[in-house]
Amino acid sequence: MKHTLVALVENEPGVLNRVASLFRRRNFNIDSLTVGRTEDPNISRMTIVLDSDVTRVDQVQKNLYKLVNVLQVYEITQQPSVSRDLALVKVRASAEAAVVASQFGARILDHSDGLMILDLSDEEGRVEQFIEALRPHGIVELVRTGVVAMGRGNHIVRAPQFA
Amino acid sequence: MELTGAEIIWECLLREGVEIVFGYPGGAILPTYDAMNKYLDRVRHVLVRHEQGATHMADGYARITGKVGVAMATSGPGATNMVTGIATAMMDSVPLVCITGQVPSTVLGSDAFQETDITGITLPITKHNFLVTNVKQIAPALRKAFHIARTGRPGPVLVDITKDAQNQKMDFVYPTEPLRLPGYVPPSAATPEQIERAVALIKNAERPLILAGHGVMMSGAERQLLELAERAQIPVALTLLGKGAMPESHPLCLGMMGMHGAAAVNQAIQSADLLLAFGMRFDDRVTGNLRTYSPHSRKIHIDIDASELNKNVKVDVGIAGDLRTVLEQLLPHVPSLSHPAWLNQIRDWQEETDERDIINYVAPSDKLYAAHAIRDLWQATGGDAVVVTDVGQHQMWTAQYYLHQRPRTLITSGGLGTMGFGFPAAIGVKLGAPHETVWAIVGDGGFQMTLCELATAAQENVDVNVAIINNAYLGMVRQWQEFFHGERYNATPMHNPDFVKLAEAYGIAARRVRTRAEIPETVAWAHSINGPTVVEFQVEKEDIVYPMVPAGADLDKMIRRPVPPRNLPDWSENH
Ligand SMILES: Cc1ncc(C[n+]2csc(CCOP(=O)(O)OP(=O)(O)O)c2C)c(N)n1
Ligand SMILES: [Mg+2]
Repeated sequence: MKHTLVALVENEPGVLNRVASLFRRRNFNIDSLTVGRTEDPNISRMTIVLDSDVTRVDQVQKNLYKLVNVLQVYEITQQPSVSRDLALVKVRASAEAAVVASQFGARILDHSDGLMILDLSDEEGRVEQFIEALRPHGIVELVRTGVVAMGRGNHIVRAPQFA
Repeated sequence: MELTGAEIIWECLLREGVEIVFGYPGGAILPTYDAMNKYLDRVRHVLVRHEQGATHMADGYARITGKVGVAMATSGPGATNMVTGIATAMMDSVPLVCITGQVPSTVLGSDAFQETDITGITLPITKHNFLVTNVKQIAPALRKAFHIARTGRPGPVLVDITKDAQNQKMDFVYPTEPLRLPGYVPPSAATPEQIERAVALIKNAERPLILAGHGVMMSGAERQLLELAERAQIPVALTLLGKGAMPESHPLCLGMMGMHGAAAVNQAIQSADLLLAFGMRFDDRVTGNLRTYSPHSRKIHIDIDASELNKNVKVDVGIAGDLRTVLEQLLPHVPSLSHPAWLNQIRDWQEETDERDIINYVAPSDKLYAAHAIRDLWQATGGDAVVVTDVGQHQMWTAQYYLHQRPRTLITSGGLGTMGFGFPAAIGVKLGAPHETVWAIVGDGGFQMTLCELATAAQENVDVNVAIINNAYLGMVRQWQEFFHGERYNATPMHNPDFVKLAEAYGIAARRVRTRAEIPETVAWAHSINGPTVVEFQVEKEDIVYPMVPAGADLDKMIRRPVPPRNLPDWSENH
């Protein structure tokens, strides 16, 4: 089963490296890991998606806490939450591809040299369907950001001392 | 006051109560060495012969004193030479602060002479590390380093300081504001609900067993352990690093568990209906096959590191907390209990274990078995020495035949099993506890990995005694070859130097022992010398550590010592 962890970490050089090194050393398999800034300039936020059939979520969480720069780790899988994965897909320009794009609500960001860049930000599963739907039309280049997630309403992720 | 970064390093060490630094100079750390002489009236520097030795000495010092051990080295090769010692300390949760010089910040990342990414290299083998590129960061980094090293689950912290940071000057006032470490919150106590559940399990158990590990000593919970064991009449099994947690002469203390643990102890673990694991981490060397490990027991696990709970063995009550604190919480709720049938059962197993014990065999007079030598050393030292071992058969025989009454009197590399640890660690131990009699018990193989520290012992006149258990083999590997690799002794026989002459070349008094009869007198001789000594014990070459649980086998599927008739003249040829 897919689990989503959100980790708040100190915004210091090397923190991403520490997390990546931990995952490698402990043989944790991660589906995706994203990191970005937050409302607090001192804090970065990581979204980690992993599969509990392969990697033990409690061990990931506890080992993250052992890193001195990790402030807080939340499991938001069971909470009401929203999540987004962003994909940029470059395909050969065609009416069919444009139809797929409009079906999924993707935007056409660029149209040049006979190629289109499609932009879709949606739940991971839908992004995957989108990519599958485009595949027959010739994907030239593809990039995804990995999942970011946020709890709904009062399910707020915040480092305690800043709360 | 205007100070250089180098001076600030020493000021910080003094503030942290550092009495001794084990180190080795070089270009990138030279400013700090240059500033050292101003501080030598307050802190001692021990010049080692290899940076690995510095880390093991700091490690030995830390294990005997409970304080943070400090090692210092230059950048590049100096720093990489520390890696084995850092990893050793990490696996055994030993508080160290390792300070390395680094190339100037202006050339960081350019493959400058003797540049190496030591914070990158040590990321997975330190509790935390710091790269300091500016004089202003030195004191905050060192304060955090000491705090992190000694609190929670202790461990090594490396602080890498660029040469320009050491040379820069600043107006220095020692910072006194509270440390800002918002992400570092070691657990402390149990919840009342956890205590309640633990107490219920203890009250209902018929065959309870305590597994005591290194954490007992690190949290200073020896008294609470004894109180619980006595009041609830629960026998205690020790891990290798847990030896000393309870006096081994105590009737409830069963001795060591695991791969080379006493058969009776492993049988008790497999039969128990409740395990109370205190400050230990269910290492594969103590559990054997996890699927069949202690199949009938409920389990209570108390450890300072939450990630150890349910890591290898699934437990019923897992408490992340300081062991002493948690036992203090637990004790008021534990009534007097008794388990006579269980204790009798264990006594029977113990008798059978003793039956097969090598010390019950009288060897022919021309043979010296390592187990006998170690047992005689135990007797000749009144069982009261601090024993530091290396890694191999001699280590396991020491664990089996040198009994310990006091905490912190067996010092050994458990988790990493680092050959070369014993001798330098013993130097650190003696310097940390000058009033103790210290014996390093080392193998002929491991000793040769760090014997350059003989020069350090001689230069500093460290009164440490080295017992080389010379079997002319990498004995433990030979044992595995005998059992599991068709007796093909590839790359294990060793042609060794004359260890007595070698020691003497360093100006160190040395003797050779070939028979049991010589041992008491030789030990007395070693104790009479105020300075290092080396005693080479020439022991039986192809000897075996019994019992043995093969790696990954069920804990009670031990290879036992063959049962020869008592006092068989040469049983070793019959196995
Ligand atoms: C640095 C290192 N290299 C290799 C090993 C693997 N190893 C474990 S025990 C052992 C043999 C040790 O031989 P010796 O020091 O003579 O001790 P003995 O077993 O003979 O008592 C070896 C090679 C190790 N533990 N550490
Ligand atoms: Mg040997």
